[in-house]
Amino acid sequence: MQSDPEAIRKSIRTYGIVGGLLLVFTAITVGVNQFHLAVPLAITVALIIATTKGSMVAAIFMHLSHEKKWIYGALLLTVVFFIVLLFVPLATVSDTIGTPTHVAAPAEGH
Amino acid sequence: MEKTVTGTAHGHGHTHEHTHEELGFWRKYVFSLDHKVIGVQYAITGLLFLLFGFCLMMLMRFQLAYPGHPIPVIGNWFGADKAPGGIMLPEFYNQLGAMHGTIMVFMGVVPLAVGGFGNFVTPLQIGAPDMAFPKLNMMSYWVYFLGGVTMLASFFVPAGAAQSGWTSYPPLSDIATMGQTMWLFGMVFLITSSLLGSINFIVTIVQLRAKGLSYMRLPFFVWAQLVTSFLLLLAFPPLEAAGVLQLMDRLAGTSFFLPSGLMVSQKPLTVAGGGNPLLWQHLFWFLAHPEVYVLILPAMGIVSEIIANNTRKPLWGYRALIYAIIFLGFMSFIVWAHHMFMTGMGTTISAFFQVTTMIISIPSVVILTALLLSLWGASIRFTTPMLFALAFLPMFGIGGLTGLPLGLAPSDIHLHDTYYVIGHFHYVVAPGTIFALFAGLYYWFPKATGRKMNELLGKIHFWGSFICINCVFMPMFIQGLGGMNRRMYDGGMQYAHNAGLLKWNLMIGFAAWGLGLFQIPFIINFFASIKWGALVDRNPWEATTLEWSAPSPPGHGNFLTEPIVYRGAYEYSVPGAAKDFTPQFEPEHA
Amino acid sequence: MEIPYTVEQRPDTGLANGKLGIWLFLASEVMLFGALFSTYILLRVGAIEWPHGELSVKLGAINTVILICSSVTMVVAWAKLKLNDFAKGRLYVIVTVVLAAVFLVNKYFEYAEHFAKGEGPWHSTFFAIYFTLTGLHGLHIVGGIVVMLYLAGPGAGLWKRNPEQYTNRVEYTGLYWHFVDLVWIFLFPVLYLL
Repeated sequence: MQSDPEAIRKSIRTYGIVGGLLLVFTAITVGVNQFHLAVPLAITVALIIATTKGSMVAAIFMHLSHEKKWIYGALLLTVVFFIVLLFVPLATVSDTIGTPTHVAAPAEGH
Repeated sequence: MEKTVTGTAHGHGHTHEHTHEELGFWRKYVFSLDHKVIGVQYAITGLLFLLFGFCLMMLMRFQLAYPGHPIPVIGNWFGADKAPGGIMLPEFYNQLGAMHGTIMVFMGVVPLAVGGFGNFVTPLQIGAPDMAFPKLNMMSYWVYFLGGVTMLASFFVPAGAAQSGWTSYPPLSDIATMGQTMWLFGMVFLITSSLLGSINFIVTIVQLRAKGLSYMRLPFFVWAQLVTSFLLLLAFPPLEAAGVLQLMDRLAGTSFFLPSGLMVSQKPLTVAGGGNPLLWQHLFWFLAHPEVYVLILPAMGIVSEIIANNTRKPLWGYRALIYAIIFLGFMSFIVWAHHMFMTGMGTTISAFFQVTTMIISIPSVVILTALLLSLWGASIRFTTPMLFALAFLPMFGIGGLTGLPLGLAPSDIHLHDTYYVIGHFHYVVAPGTIFALFAGLYYWFPKATGRKMNELLGKIHFWGSFICINCVFMPMFIQGLGGMNRRMYDGGMQYAHNAGLLKWNLMIGFAAWGLGLFQIPFIINFFASIKWGALVDRNPWEATTLEWSAPSPPGHGNFLTEPIVYRGAYEYSVPGAAKDFTPQFEPEHA
Repeated sequence: MEIPYTVEQRPDTGLANGKLGIWLFLASEVMLFGALFSTYILLRVGAIEWPHGELSVKLGAINTVILICSSVTMVVAWAKLKLNDFAKGRLYVIVTVVLAAVFLVNKYFEYAEHFAKGEGPWHSTFFAIYFTLTGLHGLHIVGGIVVMLYLAGPGAGLWKRNPEQYTNRVEYTGLYWHFVDLVWIFLFPVLYLL
């Protein structure tokens, strides 16, 4: 990062502003929750707000907005596998969503 | 039973370049920060665990060859809860099976291949004075050691060690005895050790390469370690999480993996339910599939170095090798559910995993083909390391090809959980990886000790092992195709369809015990050569890579002068050159 | 024997060793928490009914605010050190530790309330994943506190010997801390609100 004192002092101001923004978004998150949206919409909205907050933490606090290639590369790879891990297992059971699991009737014999 | 055998490899009869105060015994050989000492610690500990895991297997093979017979000579060592009257109980058989797999994979092969070879060779091959984080390196070893001790100790708790397979599937593993809890804690230690190590490797390879050592001049061994480290870094954490979840199920009464309505011994289990046993399988195999590439990639790296050196030719298709190994590493993350074709997934997602599994065979074939083509027109030196490296090629070929019917769901229906699977994966890991690791031990022994191992003993070790190991695993394909299930304590006797297949158990048993006997020349050779092996100079194999410019063994800080790299890693038989090899570190117009 | 690029940046990568190291560690942490989020998704999708409103949104929101503030103080601590102001830098690290401790105290009260009602991890898969996710997150907070206390205490001697290396260590700890904050930014809506 820059070692120029003036630039660093400006960064400190930025950190404060971004922190304030994060608090605002937190209030919005809680506020939206009061509306009791339908589950799919609620999930979408919540994730959009959380992703926005997370991106600000990553870009500004973690200085990711001007990091080096190797870091970007490693993180990109990680994000891809993260998404795979989150959603592919679901795909293997998605043909039973909504079917209640119940104790089977007496065995039909085999 | 297991003792720490530490840095015995620092040679005698060589002066060390110690530019710092002399360290005491403990700091020099036990709690050393030097990657070479740590590498030797990993290697020796790994070899001891390999031997232990091998002994577990020899016990199992006795039960399979002579079901219900008392184990000869040592049968009374195991106590009444494991083998009353020397006759193995089914529970003990299952413990042996689960722990054989766990120990070989996590405490034997990976620590030797990555912790041992990776640590010792990588900094030397890139011209670095040590790893990027020496303290982290030392910590990684001791956490591994702790994990290993935990695993071994689990044999001695009430009801013995883990016995739900190395795969620890719930619900069985959730309700299993105490040994399973120790397995979980052991795995947490082992995983943590690997994670810390992988960070160290990546930073070292990226940051500490010598002047002139661009990525495309790196020895293929280093590329293999780099990709392996990314696999460890990103694939292990889900298993660590899964381990925590299973610990919660076992200790905190949660139902992560316990479905509603589960009955145990005809009584309903008093848990909340609502869990999913498949969740464990997904998290487990998400690691365990990349893990098998962790097992093979360093082996491919070792074999490549030895082939180039003993053919006196550059490796064929260096770039293809690199792109293939990177692609292989990436694909390894999206094939895992081919271990789960029988779990009832829908046809679409099953097709997805079949396709990715077929695709991943391509880079494997590219690598194997490149190594085979490297032999074409070569002037082969049949040294012991080269014998093992050459044998690796067809053995890995058999292992890989036999994987294809397993990766296609229709044939997997017949072959899943049979001895065919055991034959397949052992071909890749045993005459595959372990042969490559032996090759590496013979090859780099002179660098580590300043002495060569004995060639005659090496050849006896090789030929005996090669013949016996094929006799162990080839019959398993026959048994598996005939429908013989794995993990059966009685060797399959209870099923009529196995009747004609049981005779193979006798042959496999004798081949396995023969294989054990042929390791004796190696063990004698290894330790005797440390003291009495023929003395060598820096570059006894006339190799081109950087580690051979350092003294044998290298001192603290490795290189006497700053290493500079002038050319690629495999400049053998350069037309017009005076010698048949031009090392990376030799300036132009030497 | 010195390891190159421990403090100074390697020209072609632009990185010091520790910077690459900590980001790789955070990548592995993404996969660790990813596995738990995957668990949450699989269990919730497979459940006939999923509890709603069982957790104290108030406490969760307060903790979110605390963690965000602690992220600000941590990055400002590093900035102060870059401005050569060791006293302020160390002060901001200590403030971060205090905020983190308050977070843990709130968590303690939250957990205690649930346990008093018999709502432990064994109670349902919802509480199982709630306790596991927040528990693992809490352990990460403890880890962060330990490192920060070390840097503010016994580790502060490095400032005199090598201020740049010390500042880097604070930066890397900060990166870890922001990640812990980031995880909570997702945990809060997922567990408390949805």
